[in-house]
Amino acid sequence: MIVPWGETRLVQGNEAVALGAIAAGIGFFAGYPITPSTEIAELLARYMPLLNKKWIQMEDEIASISALIGGRLAGSKSMTATSGPGFSLMQEGLGYACMTEVPIVVVNVMRGGPSTGLPTQAAQGDVMQARWGTHGDHPVIALAPCNVKECFELTIRAFNLSETFRTPVILLPDEIIGHMRERVVFPLKEDVHVVPMPVPDVPVEWYEHYHESTLNVSPMASFGSGYRYHVTGLTHDKDGFPTRKENEVIAKMERLKHKITRRLDELEDVEMHNVEESSVVIFAYGSVYRSALAAQAILKKRRKTVGIFRPVTLWPFPDRTVKEMLDSKDVVLVPELNQGQIIHEVERMTRDSVRVVPLHRIDGYEITPEEIVDAVMEVI
Amino acid sequence: MSITIPYEYKYLRAKKRFPHVWCPGCGIGIVMGSIIRAVDAMGWKKDDIVMVSGIGCTSRMPVYVDFNTLHTTHGRGLAFGTGVKMANPKLNVMAVMGDGDSLAIGGNHIIHAARRNIDITAIIVNNNNYGMTGGQFSPTTPPDAKTSTTPYGMIEPGFDVCKLMDGAGASFVARGTVYHVTELDNIILKAFMKKGFSVVEALAPCPTNFGRANRLGGPVEMMKLLKDYTINTSQLKVMKPGQADDKIVRGIFVDRDSISYDDRYRALCEKAAEAEK
Repeated sequence: MIVPWGETRLVQGNEAVALGAIAAGIGFFAGYPITPSTEIAELLARYMPLLNKKWIQMEDEIASISALIGGRLAGSKSMTATSGPGFSLMQEGLGYACMTEVPIVVVNVMRGGPSTGLPTQAAQGDVMQARWGTHGDHPVIALAPCNVKECFELTIRAFNLSETFRTPVILLPDEIIGHMRERVVFPLKEDVHVVPMPVPDVPVEWYEHYHESTLNVSPMASFGSGYRYHVTGLTHDKDGFPTRKENEVIAKMERLKHKITRRLDELEDVEMHNVEESSVVIFAYGSVYRSALAAQAILKKRRKTVGIFRPVTLWPFPDRTVKEMLDSKDVVLVPELNQGQIIHEVERMTRDSVRVVPLHRIDGYEITPEEIVDAVMEVI
Repeated sequence: MSITIPYEYKYLRAKKRFPHVWCPGCGIGIVMGSIIRAVDAMGWKKDDIVMVSGIGCTSRMPVYVDFNTLHTTHGRGLAFGTGVKMANPKLNVMAVMGDGDSLAIGGNHIIHAARRNIDITAIIVNNNNYGMTGGQFSPTTPPDAKTSTTPYGMIEPGFDVCKLMDGAGASFVARGTVYHVTELDNIILKAFMKKGFSVVEALAPCPTNFGRANRLGGPVEMMKLLKDYTINTSQLKVMKPGQADDKIVRGIFVDRDSISYDDRYRALCEKAAEAEK
């Protein structure tokens, strides 16, 4: 038994991602070595052959994500793990997976950038790359875990969402989360919800690879299952063949957008602590959220009340909830391990009277609770 | 009068997807015909065949054949194909690519596919230039040749695809032309039969771009060049040293039995299970 169901273990974040992938039913992994994500590939190289699942180290990250898409089209749940520079190379394949609506999971354990940057140190510099890294308008789902247990849970959720929405899902732990070790109480197998790969049930001659269903997502047949179809990154009609007809192009692009924007309720995942009763709120995600919780406790001892707003799902951004909860606040402090990325989204969703204050740290180290406390004390 | 429809039609998306995009005199359609005849000779079911491609003129081929077809990003056909083959080894996977697609942007992928010896048949249609974007030079453009990006002549040496693939470890390497169609049919058939990574280079004319830029004449004249400037391996044997210097050799250059990646991975799984006991 690879996943220690129901047991308590000391586990590393990256290890929990690997275990989450096994729990979600991964059938194919293709990757390329890169710090700080390598443990994921290494552990899966050990586990997957034992389960008769396929694992391969490709010649680069472009090949890795390409192989993933091929693997999923041939009927295996597929995942890769990388970090900033590799994630940059994967943008080509991510766009292809968005366009062709192939569900895959990409784990990006974020390190300092740009370029080779700080390979062994933490950052949250790929938040906007995850959203807009590949060219053209495209749907994106990205999740940011804040502890080891969530690495396990959100990896499973990433697989589930990718199958449900037929789109790539990006898991964005920062290096701190990927490399930290914590006690994890693993759930019982029967308590974990795993979405199976949807399969079409229509006769072969009725199959449309991109059927315009009410949910904007239709079950995808696998190669070799008897449904023969064409896949292309060119803009295509509902059968998958290239088209330049206006109505078909618009229909495709609108559906790509609406399959996310019309089902935000299933995607939105936020955690809030004392937001309603506070006029000052800390907006934090990933490892920074942990420091925010500690800062909140320190401030409580000093009789200062601050709220915490944490998006678990980073993309799509929780527009409505941010507007509803933060638009009447005096100050929203946005600590991030970058020079300001998600802060622009917070500014976008709040009126001018709300002071949106940044707190950056870009030297590869964590934002400490004390730094957040100091920043809060300055603005209170 | 009754019309007999050639059997090739049953492998085409004949009603839906024609006319095709290729120019008059292009050789890619002939390669497609050879592929279909070889598929028929193999007796493969259409459901069990996956044709992958990258970007370019040759890479448009998957649209027209009634298999599982995957038109990917530029140069990545073999990487996608590797994923397909690993996830479902029962599928017969072939990759069709142009010279630029497979050897320039996809150069890294093809040498590693050959090194791994994954059970995929790669068919490279070599027309010496990038046709789709308007005839720029490729890694197989001959010395001094004019293209839209070598207005003063090509100064880079080109790749010999077959030597490259031999060195990289492919199980089967062969070259044919679209003039010698029966020979090409047989080469592709043998490539399909071979377990492991097989490569077929099919020389083809591009009268619209390469031919016009180099004043090589129209489709007929360019076909004649393929006839006059290529020799097969048995012709080569009887030629004196120096006689074949300006000729391109057709034929099968590599045909070796080495264990495919798929088989080695299966053995790995057994070994892993044994080690865990």
